[in-house]
Amino acid sequence: MSNAYSIIVCAGLAPDPLQRLEPMDTPTGPALKNEMMLPAVLDPWAACALYEADNLAKKLPGSKVYLVSMALKTKLQQVMMVLSQKVPFELVAIDGPSNGFTDARECASELAQAIEAIPGLDKDKMLLFGGWESATRAAGATMQILGEKLGVVDQFQGVDKIEIEPSGAIKLWERVEGGKQQVSLCESAPVMVGWATGELPEPPNNPQVGMANMRTVMPALQKAKSAAASSSALKFKGVTLPAQVRETRIEKDMPVEAIAQELVTWIRGN
Amino acid sequence: MAQVERQKLEADIVCVGMGPATGGFLTTLTKEISEHQGESYLDSKVMPGMPLQVLCYERADDMGFGVSGVVSRARGIKQSFPDIDWSQIQMAAPVKGEKLAYLLDPIGASCRSGLFKFSDTLIRSLKAVLPYKDEALEMPFIPPFMEKHGGAVFSIGQFNQWVGMNLMSSGQVQIWPGMPVEKPLVENKKVKGVRLVNQGVEKSGAETEMFMPGMDIEAALTVVGDGPVGAVGQYLDEEFGMPQGHHKHEWAVGMKFVVQLRDDVDLEPGTVFHTFGYPEPEVFGFMYIYPGKVASLGIFIPSWFDNPVRTAYRYLQHWMMHPYIWKHVKGGTLKSWGAKSLQESGITGEPHLCGDGYARIGEGSGSTNVLTGSGVDEAWTTGTQLAEGVIELLKAGKPFTKENLEATYVAKRRASWVQEEGKVAEKSRNGFSYGVIPGLIGMSLAGFSKGLLNIPAKLVAPHKRYKSLEQYFAGKLSVQKIAEIREICKKANKTIHDEIMNACGWPEIPYDGTLLVTQQDALLIGGKVQAQGGFADHVEFIDTDICKGCGMQVCVEICSAQAIAPGEEGVPVFDREKCVHCGACLWNCSQELPQGHGVTNVKFGAGCGGLHSVEN
Repeated sequence: MSNAYSIIVCAGLAPDPLQRLEPMDTPTGPALKNEMMLPAVLDPWAACALYEADNLAKKLPGSKVYLVSMALKTKLQQVMMVLSQKVPFELVAIDGPSNGFTDARECASELAQAIEAIPGLDKDKMLLFGGWESATRAAGATMQILGEKLGVVDQFQGVDKIEIEPSGAIKLWERVEGGKQQVSLCESAPVMVGWATGELPEPPNNPQVGMANMRTVMPALQKAKSAAASSSALKFKGVTLPAQVRETRIEKDMPVEAIAQELVTWIRGN
Repeated sequence: MAQVERQKLEADIVCVGMGPATGGFLTTLTKEISEHQGESYLDSKVMPGMPLQVLCYERADDMGFGVSGVVSRARGIKQSFPDIDWSQIQMAAPVKGEKLAYLLDPIGASCRSGLFKFSDTLIRSLKAVLPYKDEALEMPFIPPFMEKHGGAVFSIGQFNQWVGMNLMSSGQVQIWPGMPVEKPLVENKKVKGVRLVNQGVEKSGAETEMFMPGMDIEAALTVVGDGPVGAVGQYLDEEFGMPQGHHKHEWAVGMKFVVQLRDDVDLEPGTVFHTFGYPEPEVFGFMYIYPGKVASLGIFIPSWFDNPVRTAYRYLQHWMMHPYIWKHVKGGTLKSWGAKSLQESGITGEPHLCGDGYARIGEGSGSTNVLTGSGVDEAWTTGTQLAEGVIELLKAGKPFTKENLEATYVAKRRASWVQEEGKVAEKSRNGFSYGVIPGLIGMSLAGFSKGLLNIPAKLVAPHKRYKSLEQYFAGKLSVQKIAEIREICKKANKTIHDEIMNACGWPEIPYDGTLLVTQQDALLIGGKVQAQGGFADHVEFIDTDICKGCGMQVCVEICSAQAIAPGEEGVPVFDREKCVHCGACLWNCSQELPQGHGVTNVKFGAGCGGLHSVEN
């Protein structure tokens, strides 16, 4: 039996870390101020999913990784310049919002349509990957709804590890409470996997991978379909950033026990 | 040592660094490719049947990270984009007004000379009849050679992003950020391409299980636009030497903030301020107003500022708090922060512009004009000139030899305004070797006489200029006081500049966490500084025994990001995760290596990471 899969990674974008985020109201709902100016990265949770997908595809000859991403096209192009150097994939681009205020159901609809339109896709050999959480908003809901729309009933969230057995059965390690993992064996694809952090480090930049990816990335961006997601069904009563207290100091070689004790003291004092 | 197996990639043209110069080069080249698609002279030699394969590697983690604000006449840029609409580029506006102000010292802590003190006293006593306000004397006019009327203020970060996105959208070139170039591949005095840095290594360079040797990118033409402290440019300077009489002795470190101004500040976008005189007479300042009540403001610390504890960060904060600037900035919010080195030798610092298989463009090629205070437009223009030369050679089917590149690119550059104005500026700043006032006189002489007059001087490398702390602060701080400060800082293992400035009478900075923040917070909330793992340290102290005997440690004091800190036995410690790649350590090392040739004890190589802000 062939163990070749279509591994579809759904990944949004998130602002590059440490950026100053300023929510603002617009006629179409909340947005981030100067969103176009904020440098972006692939949502780190989904990035873990992508690296795991690549790792799996290398072990399963004939498998192919698709990256399905909804974001403003110009931001997608920017992120692809870095991401394309990491692992091989075929991009399916959707030109739409990625500011974290999109309704999970509408986002899932757009993703589902894009995935359904992938030529020659055999859903019985589909592994649907995404982030369990997100740097912007919880992605778990989006992935769950997406799985349902695509008819994927075997869903796993908070996954740390996946293995494909010779029989084609899929073994998954899910995070559960108490720092434990629940191990499940799923008879066959399709499955939906909401990844936690995975086990793989970020791959180095490989110029040859970049060159190969770019042959499909630019055409995919050029034909990116505009998303209809409008947040019309979702109303926000208000959007604010959590209050921040920033106290920076430099400590070298401070024992971890001392750091922990200081944190405990600070938490108790608050 | 075992030979490392390296992957190899072939391209027609490989570019190093995606700054304004490479932007000009690629913009001109892609325009030609787009307008003449299918013509045989634009066919790839390495991938038959395909168009030219043009690659560009940028060390920063994204396009537009780690650069600065600028005011420019933008002549070359407007030639490339005749219909440019500055409103379509974020943080850009046409120049609406320029002011030049001499800042008096309202605190009395600066090390200004008697002449400056007398000037301050005189100005204050005549303030009723002079254009004096807020401890500043606004000059009645801007010297014509400094004017930027008709130009624009803009963020180079945003401009580079705009250019880069247009280039990528064209599909004619590939730009790869986060990919530093270690060195050029040189064989028999010919440049054959570049080698990318190793990845999957420890900070020490030791291989990890993720090790990936840097790939060799071979190309018929290597375009070197990696700026003033780029690894490839440095390698070529060492390999081929500098032309007779040329040197790179003049430098500056520019440090700036981007500030969201208060709502009631009514400065018009496009307003430009230039200042001099404070916090020290040697320090020049600028403020540019962008749309949306955003200001880019900062200072330059030049290499002829002989203070060996020349911290840019604290000086920047004191400059910002000068009443003339503070009235606009107070109550604002820090949006971004950054720093970079500037190669200020101008045409005197011009290296060999080309050789077999390579050409140099931009700031690292000596294009910056230190008289007009302009570098971006010149850099852009040299890039366009190279592209025009390359297109000529492609059409003629000629190879990229030194001779052919000189007959095309270099000839165009020599015949252009970049060269003409560069010659005027060539000796304009030599007077600063003697001090600020001779320097200002020399600039004026050169500017008004179009380079016919200047103050002659024999320029020396920065490391040969340093005075000791005791010499520099003579009359201000006693030898005993300096010794006490040294001892306190040595015990606390910290830099010395804050204690010295405190002793000189500079007040402590009243941190507010919003605009006035610690230098570490400037890294985090301003520059958003980051460095991913898997790369080796790009700053090395070549001979640690020399560091142990140094005593001055200017590299520690100048470090823009406190990435170089005092270490045991006098050997500085480098923290790659804080570095903003300004390169100031390279030209601020006071210790020349025994072999001479001006090579000092700091090796500044290629590395990724650094600033993650595009608001600079």
